[in-house]
Amino acid sequence: MAKFASDAVEFLPILMHGVALTIIVTLGSLVLSTLLGLVWALMRVSGIAPLSWASAAIINLIRGIPIIVLLFYLYFVMPDLGVTMTALQAAIVGLGIAYSAYQAENFRAGIEAIDKGQIEAAQAIGMGWGLTMRRVILPQAVRIVLPPYGNVMIMMLKDSSQASTITVAELALQGKLIASSTFKNTSVFTLVALMYLTMSIPLILLVRHFEKRAGRK
Amino acid sequence: MIELRDVHKRFGSHEVLKGITASVTKGEVVCIIGPSGSGKSTILRCINGLESYDSGDITIEGVRVDRTAPSIVAVRTQVSMVFQRFNLFPHRTALENVIEGPVFVKKEKRSLAVERGRALLAQVGLADKADAHPPQLSGGQQQRVAIARALAMQPKAILFDEPTSALDPELVGEVLSVMRKLAEAGMTMVVVTHEMGFAREVADRVLFIDGGVIVEQGPAKAVLNQPQHPRTQDFLRRVLHPM
Repeated sequence: MAKFASDAVEFLPILMHGVALTIIVTLGSLVLSTLLGLVWALMRVSGIAPLSWASAAIINLIRGIPIIVLLFYLYFVMPDLGVTMTALQAAIVGLGIAYSAYQAENFRAGIEAIDKGQIEAAQAIGMGWGLTMRRVILPQAVRIVLPPYGNVMIMMLKDSSQASTITVAELALQGKLIASSTFKNTSVFTLVALMYLTMSIPLILLVRHFEKRAGRK
Repeated sequence: MIELRDVHKRFGSHEVLKGITASVTKGEVVCIIGPSGSGKSTILRCINGLESYDSGDITIEGVRVDRTAPSIVAVRTQVSMVFQRFNLFPHRTALENVIEGPVFVKKEKRSLAVERGRALLAQVGLADKADAHPPQLSGGQQQRVAIARALAMQPKAILFDEPTSALDPELVGEVLSVMRKLAEAGMTMVVVTHEMGFAREVADRVLFIDGGVIVEQGPAKAVLNQPQHPRTQDFLRRVLHPM
């Protein structure tokens, strides 16, 4: 235990660099996945058939490809097509695209859960589609969508570790590098696990808060 | 003001409206009565384009109602609707519900809309509930807010789709009395209702609809007190003497 404590003191500063990148990757891909997910969801519920089909196709395409393959594609294949990104950029874009499919399905479910009478009431006072969405549907859907959204945040935090496969030195990769150079596997990976857990706990509490709020009418 | 000419509407293989021809003049109160599933609500929903119709014409002051045309927005700002289940926006207060249309659709100045909104809430007896959210209000209060929301659009006519059918019996009166005042003030109203007392006292004309056609129509007292058609007689007997 004393040995673990001294290892922790020694490795924590290096691992904290990883934490910073983990947070950047998570936040960046969270923003991107939310924006893309909202676009896919609105296309899906637009009532315009080609948009709806395109959205369904995009979502299924994304869902059917493993995140790691998507990351390899962006980082190793795209340069051949003339699009070069840094590892960090590729990680954010890859995770953002991958998770946009789940965000979209969550948003769509939230939008479709709103009573049809709300849409009719909005139409009856002359609102068009955009205004109905912005003023009536989305503000109500947010409550429904937030608890699962919080869960997606937790999953994204953990899946940001996949960025290690394309050389982003976030927490998991930092841990692996330290472990392979010091052979202190137990100390290092225990630390890494505890640090992910520490970052997850506020998010878990946030989800619980969202759930309570959604339960209240 | 509102003209329907040979309007047909089908849902799949079921034809709900089989040629409805009717008109509502300015300032008139017309009640539509008839059994469930007879197409009463569908007529209202076609008039403001919530539902499309398959053939015939519906015009409002000469403008044809077409829910796919851009003109539908203008139609809807001129003809308001009050729903059976109120359909208030639950995330906004009573006052916000009322000013939503004026501010965001008609681009009215907010301070002006608020002032008018408060006056309208007072008019329906809810001046003290301006900041309440719909779930905190009774059904009767919600429906009165919904009427204020419809009035806020300064419509030329209001369509009421069974406005008291979802209410507890003791709350029906407060909504009907607001509607009666509107009628007395000269508002053009089309009301789908099962409240025969209201129809008899307030309506200028009554249309009896059954099976997607107008079976009988005429001055309210004539249709309700001396119905000519056997189906009207049968319907009224069952509504007025359910036991």
